[in-house]
Amino acid sequence: MQTTQLLIFLILFPLIAAFFLFLAKKDMERAWIVKLSALAIGIASIYLLISTYNRGALLMSAIPAEPTGIVMFILEMLIAVFILYLGIVYKKWLVVALILVQSAVMLYFELVYAHSIHLQSNLFVDEFSIIMALIIGIIGSLICVYSLGYMKFFHEHHPEMPDRRPWFFAILFLFLAAMFGLVFSNNLMWVYFFWEVTTLCSFLLIGYTKTEEATNNAFSALWMNLLGGVAFAGAIIYLAMFGNGIMGMTDLLASGKIIALIPAALIGFAGLTKAAQLPFSAWLVGAMVAPTPVSALLHSSTMVKAGVYIMVRLAPIFQSTFTGYMIAMIGVLTFLIASGIAISQSNAKRVLAYSTIANLGLIVACAGIGTYEAIWAAILLIVFHAISKSLLFLSVGTVEHRIKSREVDDMNGLIVRMPKIAAMMVIGIAGMFLAPFGMLISKWAAIRAFIDVPYGFLFVIILAFGSAMTVFFWAKWMGKIIAVTSDSKNIEGEVDHSEWTALVSLAGLSFITTLVFPLLSTKLLEPFLMLNYGHVAQLSQDNIIIMILMLLLLVILPLSILIPRRKHKHVAPYMGGRTTTHDMRFSGSLGVQKKTVLSNYYLHEYFGEKKLRTAGIWICSAIIGIMFVATALRGVFL
Amino acid sequence: MINIVWAIAFVLIAPVVGGLVAGIDRKITAHMQGRVGPSILQPFYDVGKLFEKEQTVVNETQTFYAICYIIFMIFTGALFFAGGDLLLVIFALTLAQIFLVLGAFAANSPYSYVGAERELLQIMAYEPMVILTAVGMFVATKSFNVSDIAATTTPVVLLIPGIFLGFLYVLTIKLRKSPFDISTSHHAHQEIVKGVTTEFSGPSLGLIEITHWYETVFLLGFVYLFFGFNPLIGVAAIIIVYLFEILIDNTNARVRWQLVVKSSWLIAVVVCVVNLAALYYLSGGVP
Repeated sequence: MQTTQLLIFLILFPLIAAFFLFLAKKDMERAWIVKLSALAIGIASIYLLISTYNRGALLMSAIPAEPTGIVMFILEMLIAVFILYLGIVYKKWLVVALILVQSAVMLYFELVYAHSIHLQSNLFVDEFSIIMALIIGIIGSLICVYSLGYMKFFHEHHPEMPDRRPWFFAILFLFLAAMFGLVFSNNLMWVYFFWEVTTLCSFLLIGYTKTEEATNNAFSALWMNLLGGVAFAGAIIYLAMFGNGIMGMTDLLASGKIIALIPAALIGFAGLTKAAQLPFSAWLVGAMVAPTPVSALLHSSTMVKAGVYIMVRLAPIFQSTFTGYMIAMIGVLTFLIASGIAISQSNAKRVLAYSTIANLGLIVACAGIGTYEAIWAAILLIVFHAISKSLLFLSVGTVEHRIKSREVDDMNGLIVRMPKIAAMMVIGIAGMFLAPFGMLISKWAAIRAFIDVPYGFLFVIILAFGSAMTVFFWAKWMGKIIAVTSDSKNIEGEVDHSEWTALVSLAGLSFITTLVFPLLSTKLLEPFLMLNYGHVAQLSQDNIIIMILMLLLLVILPLSILIPRRKHKHVAPYMGGRTTTHDMRFSGSLGVQKKTVLSNYYLHEYFGEKKLRTAGIWICSAIIGIMFVATALRGVFL
Repeated sequence: MINIVWAIAFVLIAPVVGGLVAGIDRKITAHMQGRVGPSILQPFYDVGKLFEKEQTVVNETQTFYAICYIIFMIFTGALFFAGGDLLLVIFALTLAQIFLVLGAFAANSPYSYVGAERELLQIMAYEPMVILTAVGMFVATKSFNVSDIAATTTPVVLLIPGIFLGFLYVLTIKLRKSPFDISTSHHAHQEIVKGVTTEFSGPSLGLIEITHWYETVFLLGFVYLFFGFNPLIGVAAIIIVYLFEILIDNTNARVRWQLVVKSSWLIAVVVCVVNLAALYYLSGGVP
């Protein structure tokens, strides 16, 4: 009973905070509401971990389903009307068509089937939900706190933008509420409801600045996610018609592949759209026009994680089916192609966007494979990616405000100009691709998981190439940051303390999670895997010790800079013997002074965005087509 | 399964072996070019001299990265010889390599900058093949642990001959041999200044040289894994492979980086798909 209340608190409390934030007009009031609510949400999610610790999966049956269902349905219809209205105003006919189809399906369901479906437990919580809740509750809240400083600065420097901060913060918290709802719902109709709310929230946040580009990108995010929504609605109606009215997630997982595979494929498709997999990657890249905290939120703790969450949930159904392999193929190809595109990107936020798409691809691939080892890797990826990616987005946001640029090349010598933020960024980047940090452990786990399945070697080969590309684009960015430009001054200035709190906490988290990840594995992941698969995956003791050793080395070595030693003789960089000034200007031909400009390799010829994306869209669309045809045929014959 | 003795042995003996290999390499190279060549102890004299020089730097962080480079390279090799997990060894190797790249970037100098970017291209070129070599060994021996692979009675090289050839191809990159020495070279005649090591001098250059010795021994150990079923053949294979690399080194001029990346990838894809698929079907579809 107590747990039920805690779950309801986590869903409803952000909603209440959102309501007050919508009313709060003063900066001071807003700051207090955000900070206190963030603290409350963070503590509540940690308390959830403590109070449900070691209790396995818990089903909650205390909530009256009937009235809640009706309220949700009414809200769904209101959202539909709202989107319909906007679609007509902005003449986005695709959006109009999709929302009409979707609402018609749900209306039909509500009128014909809904009354005959009764579900014992609408909410549930298990170790996976708890991990997700911790990500939402801690990282999500930290991003909200960070937004306080960021948005203040943003509006001070963009007076032409309408200041709609009450609206902005209200939606951030609404987003958190929807995410909590999503991960705690057992009833698929509820999951669907929260799913639609996250679609709406992301649409509103992407369009926040109301510029033409923002509006267009918001609508492109909307139609792709609505397409996923249609598939989700299709899954629900399918279950109502042919699935004996199974509507609980746990029942669906227990119902066997014959019934569950078609709805799982449909929901999986919805997951692909939400997780921005090819061919639907464009919306997440377009979402970059939004203020940076929004990107951080979408990429780390909400939205895209909802997509992969649902796919990992359904993974037991995908396991060793053709449908599952096709989904895994889409995931791993997305990993390869998006990593390639990231090489050619010079805009830091776009690099981050493509890297997110790539990592989500890896998670999707693990979910499609669906073995216990793969799921172990998938959940670790979700956790570590959330931490490192939010840290990176937030530090890029802070840097962007100071250097007025998002270009990686403009970050040359950041370690001199803004040492503290640069250090945060380096930790974030290291967390994304270097041993012994979490992402690499997860990639390692993914390789092992892939080898053990039929045709797994194909997945491993693609993964190996994608992985090599990630090394390239992360390392060249890191190199830019740590280049020591002798002539720059420290322009870091005072970093807003709400921004700083978030950055330091996230940087700390990336170390701590790497250090305690064996604990995370044994206490949360293994019980979850044991319950769902009857097997556990883990790293051997030796490997854990070796990784902790590496981590310690990485922590200790930078401290060696503190050791006083005699100064070395300094010389200017070698410039081919030319006379060079101290700020690296040299006289070119005809006596013209030239500045030395160092730029990264982007290899457009090979990794150009347009070429790779087009190829990716065609290939992955074809695979989705094959997946559906095969799944449907299987449904007919069995 | 971790064997500390081997790890310590590696840390102590590898630089001696690596230095000697470098000396023999120079001697043979000289003979191939019709010269007498230096004494085979010459690499030790060279490095000794580097340490006697005054350390000059563009900035202080460079030495830090050079130290991290050697520490993690030793770590990689020690983990390998202690019989650790092959994938973890490869990841540690990448980490070490990244420190060298960062050291080159840190100098903010045009030549070392180009070297750093090229070093990254090299990493990108060889890494898939190296990871897939580990995967191939796993498929052949059912273990990722170096200790198991080295002790196996299975003739690994006969099961993954394609992967062995692919590995030899990228080994040329890793040993910094022509035609694939695009980021820095031992040959003065084909160098863009000195690539990734342009701004390293004196003791820190000495460290990088010693790191290279460690790396050579580690890589030759990797070659041995293909022949773990018979130590004699294994040692012979190491010698033949290295002589072959010297021959390639002396008969080829540096190629463009495009060719390095494209050819390594193409070869990696072909040999891995063919070899792993063949193994998969031979074992009756059981992975």
